Amino acid sequence: MLRIACPWCGPRAEIEFSYGGEAHIALPEAADALDDAAWAQYLFMRTNPKGRHLERWVHTHGCRRWFNVVRDTASERIAAVYQPGAEPPEDAR
Amino acid sequence: MSQPNRTAAGGRIDRERPLSFRFDGRHYVGHAGDTLASALLANDVHLVARSFKYHRPRGILSMGVEEPNALVQLGQGAYTTPNMRATQVELYQGLSAQSQNRWPSLSTDVGAINDRLSALLPAGFYYKTFMWPAALWMRYERGIRRMAGLGHAPREPDPDRYERMHAHCDVLVVGAGPAGLAAALAAGRAGARVIVADDQCEAGGQLLAERFEIAGRPALAWVGATLAELQALPEVRLLRRTAINAYYDHNFLVGCEQLPGERAKELSTVPRQRLWKIRAREVVLATGAIERPLVFPDNDRPGIMLAASVRGYLNRYGVKPGTRVVIATAADDAYRTALDLAGAGASIVAVADLRAQAAGYLPQQVRSRGIEVLTGARIVGTEGRMRVDAVRVQTGASRVRALACDLLAMCGGWMPSVHLFSQSRGKLEFDAGLGAFVPGAATQAVTCAGMVRGAPSLREALAQGFQAGAAAAARCGFDRIAKIECPPTLEPEETPIDASCAFRGTPGGGKQFVDWHNDVTVADVRLAAREGYDGIEHLKRYTTAGMGVDQGKTGNLNALALLAELRGVPVLEIGTTTFRPPYQPLAFGAIAGADSGALFDPVRRTPMHGWHERHGALFEDVGQWKRPWYYPRPAESMRQAVDRECLAVRAALGILDASTLGKIDIQGPDATEFIDRIYCNSFRTLAPGRCRYGLMLRQDGMVFDDGVSARLSEHHYLMSTTTGGAARVLAWLEEWLQTEWPRLRVYCTSVSEQYAQVAIAGPRCADMLAPLTDVKLDAMPPMSVREGSVAGIPARVFRISFSGAPGYEIAVAAGRGVELWTTLMGAGERFGITPYGTEAMHVLRAEKGFIIVGQETDGTVTPLDLGLDRMVAADKFFIGKRSLARADARRTDRKQLVGLLTESPQTVLPEGTQLILEPHDFAAAPRSPVAMAGHVTSSYYSANCGRSIALALVKAGISRLGETLYAPLDGQLVKVTLTAPCFLDAQAQVRRG
Repeated sequence: MLRIACPWCGPRAEIEFSYGGEAHIALPEAADALDDAAWAQYLFMRTNPKGRHLERWVHTHGCRRWFNVVRDTASERIAAVYQPGAEPPEDAR
Repeated sequence: MSQPNRTAAGGRIDRERPLSFRFDGRHYVGHAGDTLASALLANDVHLVARSFKYHRPRGILSMGVEEPNALVQLGQGAYTTPNMRATQVELYQGLSAQSQNRWPSLSTDVGAINDRLSALLPAGFYYKTFMWPAALWMRYERGIRRMAGLGHAPREPDPDRYERMHAHCDVLVVGAGPAGLAAALAAGRAGARVIVADDQCEAGGQLLAERFEIAGRPALAWVGATLAELQALPEVRLLRRTAINAYYDHNFLVGCEQLPGERAKELSTVPRQRLWKIRAREVVLATGAIERPLVFPDNDRPGIMLAASVRGYLNRYGVKPGTRVVIATAADDAYRTALDLAGAGASIVAVADLRAQAAGYLPQQVRSRGIEVLTGARIVGTEGRMRVDAVRVQTGASRVRALACDLLAMCGGWMPSVHLFSQSRGKLEFDAGLGAFVPGAATQAVTCAGMVRGAPSLREALAQGFQAGAAAAARCGFDRIAKIECPPTLEPEETPIDASCAFRGTPGGGKQFVDWHNDVTVADVRLAAREGYDGIEHLKRYTTAGMGVDQGKTGNLNALALLAELRGVPVLEIGTTTFRPPYQPLAFGAIAGADSGALFDPVRRTPMHGWHERHGALFEDVGQWKRPWYYPRPAESMRQAVDRECLAVRAALGILDASTLGKIDIQGPDATEFIDRIYCNSFRTLAPGRCRYGLMLRQDGMVFDDGVSARLSEHHYLMSTTTGGAARVLAWLEEWLQTEWPRLRVYCTSVSEQYAQVAIAGPRCADMLAPLTDVKLDAMPPMSVREGSVAGIPARVFRISFSGAPGYEIAVAAGRGVELWTTLMGAGERFGITPYGTEAMHVLRAEKGFIIVGQETDGTVTPLDLGLDRMVAADKFFIGKRSLARADARRTDRKQLVGLLTESPQTVLPEGTQLILEPHDFAAAPRSPVAMAGHVTSSYYSANCGRSIALALVKAGISRLGETLYAPLDGQLVKVTLTAPCFLDAQAQVRRG
């Protein structure tokens, strides 16, 4: 079970959080103008890396705030935690 | 009663406290401090089990967690526990255990015929032997299942209590042997917060089984002094009888603590086990090692034991498992067993050493006692039906010698217990010297110390422990200790073991067991390799090696070393199967802890719950909520009660507890913009004081939730959600606000439990309500909200209806819900007010064709499928909009919502019934596929319609209205006609108001 450092509450056990999938997938500004393939790309397609993954978590059983996490999917190491909308920190490998 | 194998003195048992116990009905006596296994051996009971497949007589092999043979059924009735390792069961007064897998008795077991039939039962026999004719497999399978299996699970619910602890520490030390204690001492002295977990009832690990010295005194004196110092350290916690079972990510480990307690007092309130969930900054694994058995013909007879275990029974429990002993070994370590047993007066017949030479200090000591040491000696067979009585030994190519004995102690060296390290995702390396796997590179903050790292001596184990403990503490910021002093030990150097000869076995002869638990032999491994199952994962599944209760703790290494040799590749290339939690069997009760029965899930009750109970309501679970289902009068059936409630609403007046509906308070300058993006229909046009039914979609265009939202003022909304969807919807709103639209100034607050809400419905509702309220009801248009008071209670009055009947919903502070309800009941008496429950509510809304999200929808249904096209706004953005434009969402043959009328008005189709287009004779062609056209989503008897009604999702249903479909039901076909999904007053359709 992961130990995740909520940016607002500090380190907590994974059971307090919910996973929100890959981060930095913004809703397209002009969704209506996208063709079906492009819309499906936005809606369904996600990277599935072995290694560094930028992903969203929400502190469901805590402050209920969303934030982003840099997690290594192989080692489960969490390199950084950062605010939604921000870019991942430079040093987060 | 005498204990023939008990020594006169020595051991860790309390000779002043005899304990009587029963095994297979016979009475025996042991001592406090015994395990069931040591007490049985003290009574010279070796035959304790029948093997899994061949039903061969089996004895106690080991003295710990690795035991593959001595599995017993412990206790009786609801307290019974199967497959308990006798080697791990602490003896208590009145203990009662039964052997398993035998009938009628251990000594006379009918199943033993399997041993003779073994040619029919090779590895993977269930894929080959009983396959023809195929139709008979089910019959064979029943017989095989009856033969297989070990203990039996209790039929009653588990009456024991369990609890759970959460703990955090700087350094978790797993194992309280010499390395673990040294690590704990080093970390504890440095000031770190330390937890030491050990599965035994007392600390010491392998030292309990040995006659070692530390600093010139018996090693257990050092253990005692170390424990005393640890106990004096305020930040150190010692967990005895706590087996760490699982090593998860981020140094999260789970252990199970056995709580001692006389099981005779079985109704005590003391928990039986406590599950520890420990988060450690650093972990030191000092998990020790398991002795490796040797492979030779008939190596499984009772009386054939692991050599270090034999020594352990002697030194720890004062039990001499045999008096005429042959020792078979590939390592110096077994010579200690010879020395200790000889010292206790046993006769050592010979030591048969597989190695060509045995010239080290320990073999010399043995020889100097006049004990014969045979080198290059293989065991080529054993004799004895219920217990070994002779061993046949061959030295080189010489004549085979038969050695009479009553105990054969074997030693193939030690296999580090790398299970937890591997669970932590640490890499394993193969140590050619040991012939076993050792920890390699770690993935988490974990270090290993002692025998688990292959430490060749006690001195080295202690040094590794001190070093690992100090380093782990230092990494946590506790670096107070400058220098660690390791106490001196006096140990002879050992000559290397010959790991290559342990597993090979001997050509010909009897069965040579690799995995005792699952009866896997050398021949099975050879067969698997020959048939191409030559990967370790294939080998495991084909032969079942390593799949027993013991998970192959004794057998796996020999199996894969053998496979490696057969394939001519290094052992490391074969690798191991994945080590997975739990390390040893764990009771389901321990995992569940207190989370069972009433504590499994919270129960939510409305403020008026007590009233409903007093008035005979039956309840329905909706999410965590208890909702009144219907209110039967005496002698009334469910159908009669629901009919009465439904008729009352349409004819006069009904009252429903609607408090469970999700309620979200939404405020902020951008609230309108936000809600307009969330719902697929427009809210921009909604005036303050008005309500609107809204439909929420997911990004893929499928219906997600629905409910009425009220605009209380310019920037203030009250959104209602489905009862079960409240938390989901709030999370959904927050997700969009926080991650996609952080600039919108909107605040969402759950107020579901802050309000009690009552729906009154029926033609007389205004007549009843008007005198009770200062709200001008006749000035309220449908779908509006006003604030005022009802029965003197501050209230919001909504003119909305989910039943289609004229209706109001009144919300008051939760604390005044009962007051409101009882006042309305009193005021409604003269109108015949009738409380109705969720069942009537469902019927009433179905009469109007109103959907229930989760019943008419299942995550694949769009608003268009529901015929709600008019609710889909074209002139704005909303979540899911783009997906509705996909070609698939526009298909005309999608499943669409329709009404169904059965041919017979009394037939109520079960919900979920499939619908087909053409009549089909299922009796004539039961197996032929029939195209399914749709399914029933809601189905009721409607007293107001005087017939059954149903809603269904049917392919291209909207274009099929008027057509006849068929519903297969109990072997019959029920004719149904498709209609519009509204069965009552279609003209006066008012959507939720």
